[in-house]
This record gives sequence, structure tokens and C-alpha cells, in this order.
Amino acid sequence: MAVKAEAIGDDRRAVPSLLLSHRARRRQRIAAGLGSGALFAVTSLSLFAVLFIFYFIARDALPFFKLEGVREFFASTRWYPSAEKPEFGALAMFVGSGLVTLGAIVVAVPLGISAAVCLSDVIPFSLRQWVKPVIEVLAAIPSVAYGFFALVVFAPLLQQRGGHLLAATVWIVGLPVAALGIVVLSDIATDRLDDKRRSAARWAIMAFLGAGALAGLVIAGKALGALHIASGTNALNVSIILGIMALPTVVSVSEDALQAVGRELREGSYALGATRAETIVKTVLPAASSGILAAIILGIMRAIGETMVVWMASGNAAQIPHPIVNFLEPVRTLTATIAGDMGEADQVTGSARYHVLFAMALCLLAFSFLCNFVSEWIIRRARKKVGG
Amino acid sequence: MNWLKTIAVMTLVVGLGGGVAVGKDAKKIVVDGSTTVGPIAKAFAEYYMGKNPDVNITVSESGSGNGAKSLINATCDVATMSRPMKNSEIKAAQDAGVLPIEHIVAMDGIVIVVHPSNPVANLTIEQIRDIYTGRIKSWKELGGPDQPIVMISRDTNSGTYETFETLVMNREKLSDRVEYVGSNGAIRQRVMSTEGAVGYVGLAFTEGVKALTVNDIEATPQTVTDKTYPIARPLYMYTNGRPKQGTSLSGFVGLAGTPEGKKIVEATGFVPVK
Repeated sequence: MAVKAEAIGDDRRAVPSLLLSHRARRRQRIAAGLGSGALFAVTSLSLFAVLFIFYFIARDALPFFKLEGVREFFASTRWYPSAEKPEFGALAMFVGSGLVTLGAIVVAVPLGISAAVCLSDVIPFSLRQWVKPVIEVLAAIPSVAYGFFALVVFAPLLQQRGGHLLAATVWIVGLPVAALGIVVLSDIATDRLDDKRRSAARWAIMAFLGAGALAGLVIAGKALGALHIASGTNALNVSIILGIMALPTVVSVSEDALQAVGRELREGSYALGATRAETIVKTVLPAASSGILAAIILGIMRAIGETMVVWMASGNAAQIPHPIVNFLEPVRTLTATIAGDMGEADQVTGSARYHVLFAMALCLLAFSFLCNFVSEWIIRRARKKVGG
Repeated sequence: MNWLKTIAVMTLVVGLGGGVAVGKDAKKIVVDGSTTVGPIAKAFAEYYMGKNPDVNITVSESGSGNGAKSLINATCDVATMSRPMKNSEIKAAQDAGVLPIEHIVAMDGIVIVVHPSNPVANLTIEQIRDIYTGRIKSWKELGGPDQPIVMISRDTNSGTYETFETLVMNREKLSDRVEYVGSNGAIRQRVMSTEGAVGYVGLAFTEGVKALTVNDIEATPQTVTDKTYPIARPLYMYTNGRPKQGTSLSGFVGLAGTPEGKKIVEATGFVPVK
């Protein structure tokens, strides 16, 4: 190489060499090394931040387990941190966090996935360009605004009209679902009959099922309408608000997953004679299922980590509802307990009351790490599947 | 809510460019602590800054416990507290080289409040205790409508809670069905909008809700001062050491003893000290 360069240099003495000198090459190599080194340092900074958070939370959490043991924390529901003989049973908080997260998912997942399907496969593209940013605005509203709404508007509303609201929800959700179910069921049931009898049989089955569904809805609506909600700051209130807050995450990520399902798959499905509904249900949704699962996990993380709304509107009663799925009772979550008890927890003397909050933080952190790994794994698996 | 406020105040303090000035010439006074004493501190600050435009006073409300902590960590000059400092806090302060000095700025009664539509007008201390321990579950047992009682309490971080725990609960434990909120205003908001609710607030927070008499005694400035009202307490400001005469810190804390200061305390709904 060097010999050749010299040879060229000898031939055209007037023209400077196009090849870099040894020194310039070294300079360039050092500069490149420095640049990528700096970028690597910046990237690892965020990695170190995560490790540091983990380390410092664990450092303050472990003394609690040393002081008070593990059993009471995970198995008892008695939470009296300020009593003379303090009790630190956090089971009610674990149940509370779990309940409101479950509730949020029940609200956000059906709505979010339907909205994502609608955005990606039903409405025209130009309209989608308008609607999606509007849904994403939901993510930009500060959580304290949601909390204020939940406390000042939604909680009194639940107390005054809670029963009617629940009844109305049952009708609004139940009617279309029942109608769709009845049409599909009667179609399947009469599939093998010949054309003449088929129409009549279908109508008969539809009328029969429809009457049953209507009766069910009326009974459920009446029962719920008579319900009186004593306290509006309860698990239901928080679940709905958290569901709305998790909605943009679920919609955005699952819509991306649906978009990633290629045009070829959809066109192939249509070419085989499938309708749009069949294409969505049998082709697009299964192909995007990993992405949608990841969206749900991200939604769960959004809901379980939320603090302001639950602190303001969940009631913060450290109890397990009776029965456990009674969403109309106030609950207390891990995040709200950390936020609410931080002030009095004695950092200076390092009491158990201080360390117990870190023990809760550690549990939350461990859970979100788990969720993160699972969603990462699902997304990776999905990429492999699509790629291969 | 507390940490939000703390963060907001910290940003404000840093934004003003001074960091946190503590114990020096105190042209800047940082006040932190109880949400109950907050209105007094704010009114004092407004009045004092009006008289002395070169003094800058910031008031934040993060709870009595946080106030004590801020004083110990030297991030505030004045800790407002609705309960006396605990022995553990005084010890922690001394370990950190801080000598907390107590100034009583006003008297406060804790008022038991219910929804305006509630016919119950009086409760005894024992009845209040039975409500909050969960032994009395319905207003029917107290002569009211057949409606479950929704018990609302301040968070365990607040001085109001500790006063309630000491003066009413007699160290008995609250039921696990009790709901907790972060401020006096939030209790009023919840009680105002919830028919079955009962809560307890400072004397200045009874607007829009029905205040009950306790042991047949109404919470008035008179009954709170002469301590015939059973749930009354002094409100405090704590400083690091006795402020030197003539400094703005001494002027600010000493306002409570002046006629103007007493008028301000009255205007905020509390009872001035004699």
C-alpha cells in the first residue's frame, strides 16, 4: 500500500496525494475513537442511572426487612406506621395496586384495541392523521389535572348518579355486544340448513336470543340503577381515570403494531375472498398480536406507576375490599402510600417507617422491570417471526 | 401533593438565584410546614413584605413533619407546625446542630364536620372515637338517616392527624375503612360533596360544611382560648435558635404578638394568642 502510494506520488508530483498520510489517518482514527467513546459514555450514563436507582432503593429497603422481617409486610393487612407499636402490613396496598391496575386494563384494553383497529384499518388515512394526535393529547395532560377531575367532578357524580351511570354503561356496552353476538351465533347455528328453512330458523333464533339478552340487560340495569355509592373516591373511580390515562399508550403502540402488518397480508386475505371483518379478525389481529400484547403491558406499567390520581381519588383506605372485587370501596395503592407517608417518615433517625416506603418502591421497581423484560421479549419474538 | 409543593418551592427558591439562605442576614425567609398554619404564615408574609419591600418570604405547605425535617436539614428558616416537635425530632435537630425554638402563633380548634344535609348536630368524644374505630357504622345509630358513615381523615403525615389521634382517639387505632386525604381543603371538598361523610378540619375550614358541637360545646374563638372546647391546640412556628432582635426573622415570627398580627390571625379564622 505504502509502496504504491509513493509510486503514484512520484508520477504526479504536482497533484497532492488523494490518499491520507499516515499521520492524518491516525488523527482520524483517534477522533473516531473519541467520538464513539463519548457517545458510549452518554449512553451508559442512563444505564448507570438505572443501576444507581436500583442500588439506592435496595440499600434503603433492605434494612426494613432486617428490622421487621418479611412475613408481616407481605401477609398482613394491618397498616399502622404511626402507632406506638407500628405495624407494617402492606398486603392491602398490593391488592389495591393490583385492583386499580386490573380495572384500568379492563377499561383501556378493549377501548384501546378497538380504537387502534379503527385507526389503522377502518377510517381513511387522512382522517387517521387527524385523530391519532388528538388521542395522544390525552397523554400530555398532567396527572394532577386528572386527579383533580376525579376528586372534584367524578367522585361527587358517582355518589349522586353512580347507579344510573353504571346501568347506562351496561346498556351502552351490552347492547352492541349482544347484537353482534346474536347475529353471529344465529348465523353459525343455521349454517347447515338449506336456504328455504335457513332464513326462518335464523329469525327465530335471533328473536329468542334477543329476548334473553334484553331481559338480562333489563335485570342488570335495574339492579345497578338501585345501587347507592356511599363514597365516590373508590377503586372504580381511579380505574376509569387510570384507564383513560393508559389509553393513548395502548392505542399508539397497538396501532403501530397493526400498521407494521404488511399490505401483502391484507391484500392476500382480500384476494382469498375474505371480508374486511374477516381480514381484521383472522389475519391482521393475529399477525399483530405480539405488538398488541406489548401495548397492554406498557398500559399496565402506566397504570401501576401512577401516583397523583390514586393519591387524590382512591380514598387511601388501607383495606382489602369485601368481597375482593368490590370496586365501589376505597383502596390504597403502593404509590399513594409512598407519596403520602414520605413526609413523616423519619429520614434522619432511619426508622422502619422510612425504610418500609423503600421496600414498597423496590417491589414496584421489580415489577416494572419484569414487565419491561417481558414486553421486550415479546417484541423481539415478534420481530423474529415477521422477519423469518 | 406534599412533594409537588416541595418541588415547586424548591424550584422557586433556586430560580430566585439565591439557593437557600439560612440563618444569615435573612433578607430572604423560607417558611415550610403545616397546611393548617400555612394561611397564617402566608398572611404574615404578605403583611410583612408590604411593610418591608426588601424582604422576600416564601411560604410552602408540606405538612408539619416535613416542616420539622426542613428545619433540621436547614432548608427553611421557619418551620410552621400544628403540633409540638416530638422528642425524636428535637434530638435529630440537635444532632444536626440545629436548636429549635418554639413560638406559639395562634390557637386552633379541630372541628368535626359533616355534610350540610346531615341532621346530627352534636357528638361526644366517645362517639367520634367509635365512628373512627369503625364501631359505629351508620348515621342511624346517632339519630341520623340510615346511611353508612364515610370516615375521612387527614394523612398520617399531618399535625392535624396527630392532634386528632392524641385528643380524640386516645391512641386507639383508626379503622382500616377510613379514607385519607392530603389537606384541610381536600377534607372540606370531600365532606361537602359526600352525604354520609364525616371529617375533621381546622377552625378556619368550615365554610360549606356543617360543623358539629362536641360534648355540646361549639368551637368558637372563646371556647378554644379558654380550652372548654375539648379538641383545641396551639399552632407553632419553630426557628433555629432565638432570632436576634431587629432582624427580619425576629420581626416576622414576632408578628403574632403585635395587634396587627392578632388581627391577621383572626382574619384567617384562627384564635390569636393572648
